[in-house]
Amino acid sequence: MLEVADIHAAYGRVKTLFGVSLSAKPGEITCLLGRNGAGKTTTMRAIMGLLPVSQGSVSLDGTPLHTLPAHMIPRQRIGYIPQGRQLFAELTVAENIEIGLMTCGEGPDTRDWVLDIFPRLRERLRQRAETLSGGEQQMLATARALCLRPRVLLLDEPTEGLQPSMIEEIRQVVLRMKAEGLIVLLVEQRMDAILSMADQVVFLENGQSRENMFGAALRADPEILTRRLGV
Amino acid sequence: MSHRDTFLHLSVIAVLFAAFFVLPAYHSGSLARIMVLAIYAMGYNLAFGYTGLLSLGHALFFAAGMYGLGLTMQLGGWAAIPAFALALVASLVVAGVVGVLALRTRGVGFMIVTLMFAQAGYLTALYFVQYTRGDEGFVIDQAARAIGPADLSSEAGRYFAALFLFAVTLLVIGALVRAPFGRTLIAIRENEARATMLGYDVQRLKWIALVVSGTISGAAGAAYALLFGYAGASFAGVQYSIFPLLYVLLGGAGTTLGPLIGAIFMFYLIDLSSGITNAYMLIAGVVLVLLTMFLPHGILGTLRKRALPWLP
Repeated sequence: MLEVADIHAAYGRVKTLFGVSLSAKPGEITCLLGRNGAGKTTTMRAIMGLLPVSQGSVSLDGTPLHTLPAHMIPRQRIGYIPQGRQLFAELTVAENIEIGLMTCGEGPDTRDWVLDIFPRLRERLRQRAETLSGGEQQMLATARALCLRPRVLLLDEPTEGLQPSMIEEIRQVVLRMKAEGLIVLLVEQRMDAILSMADQVVFLENGQSRENMFGAALRADPEILTRRLGV
Repeated sequence: MSHRDTFLHLSVIAVLFAAFFVLPAYHSGSLARIMVLAIYAMGYNLAFGYTGLLSLGHALFFAAGMYGLGLTMQLGGWAAIPAFALALVASLVVAGVVGVLALRTRGVGFMIVTLMFAQAGYLTALYFVQYTRGDEGFVIDQAARAIGPADLSSEAGRYFAALFLFAVTLLVIGALVRAPFGRTLIAIRENEARATMLGYDVQRLKWIALVVSGTISGAAGAAYALLFGYAGASFAGVQYSIFPLLYVLLGGAGTTLGPLIGAIFMFYLIDLSSGITNAYMLIAGVVLVLLTMFLPHGILGTLRKRALPWLP
């Protein structure tokens, strides 16, 4: 289980998280919800060690993560797909995947597993990442995170700016990872996606977690989203 | 390394080998000097072109190699090979220490810190004038510049020694940048934060890249002293930190052959324009501005982007 307990974090001197807590379980999708600036991306960055946690703790199955240097956190098999994909534009698809495989010592089996999930990437292995379409780039970013054979997958707005067919493809991958028992933490703006996928929802407001809710409760009363987020 | 890359590199080495027998003596002499400068630029390219570390202090590593060899041969009476080995160790140690401190900064901070280290090296060379003879420099005895029966002060000996070192450096760097290590350096250059998010110890990898880069630059400095028989403080000056940057920018950062192309271009640009006017740096400057405007990725970088995406 991924446990985030009352974390506080800051960008330099500017404090941005003032107490975020959540528990995410294997085989479940936990959605972080909140208005712009509520601290969703910052929470993910803090979990990944990209932002120092000044108070509180982050742990995975009892192992503290907040005390580890940032580069050691992915080695605990935590994959992060940031907003904007952040590919290595000059490298080919194959090289991007190779870079993903190397840190955890994964080999051809994992490579094939990833390429089976995204067969379109198999056709473009020698193409530079910068020449891929937006949807393909998202696939590559996701594939690269899956190269770690993650236990936890953090996705920050994975469907942003994608066409409907591509959104569905990404959605299916997220559901497949859930079915394979991964802990999935998702930031998503599309309400239909949240309603259809979330097992648990954590509402963030001004850098604090305000309320946790089961996905089923949200589906029973979707108006909650309007009341809480004004959407 | 792919077969195409290896074939290209071996072809360039073969052309340089044949050039000695075809070119007039003046140009083959120039080419020997260019090859040594290209080794320096190849070392610089590993830090800047592949890892994204814009250093303004590589003259320190070049000078560490140059003095490492020059002083041990001239003052210690060492033979060429052990002196060369010591020069490599000297530049490796200097690069290691500079790396530990300078890599605490990034961007402009890194540029300034490396520049300051190089200036400190330059001033040190001037301070110990009784050994280095400062700006005036010192000449290494012609008799000592030999490896076994090979006289490195002769035209042919110098040329083929430079070619040998150039070939080794090119093949090693070609293999290095195609290996997982090289791909990781490119990943760091492209997106440092993302490389960290994938579990790479970016700081350690940047340090290794800088140490390898500095050692190759030191090898170039040692080769320069050995083949041309001279070591002087001017090689530790800021100008010699700027030169490899220019070579790499002109030839194409992050390309294996860009440093050679850039060095040839710059060398002959200055050589030819100085034959026309005393204000030759003005002509060189205008040409450089035009090239940067119209070929922002350098000569080979542009070629790779527009026509030959496989170019290493």
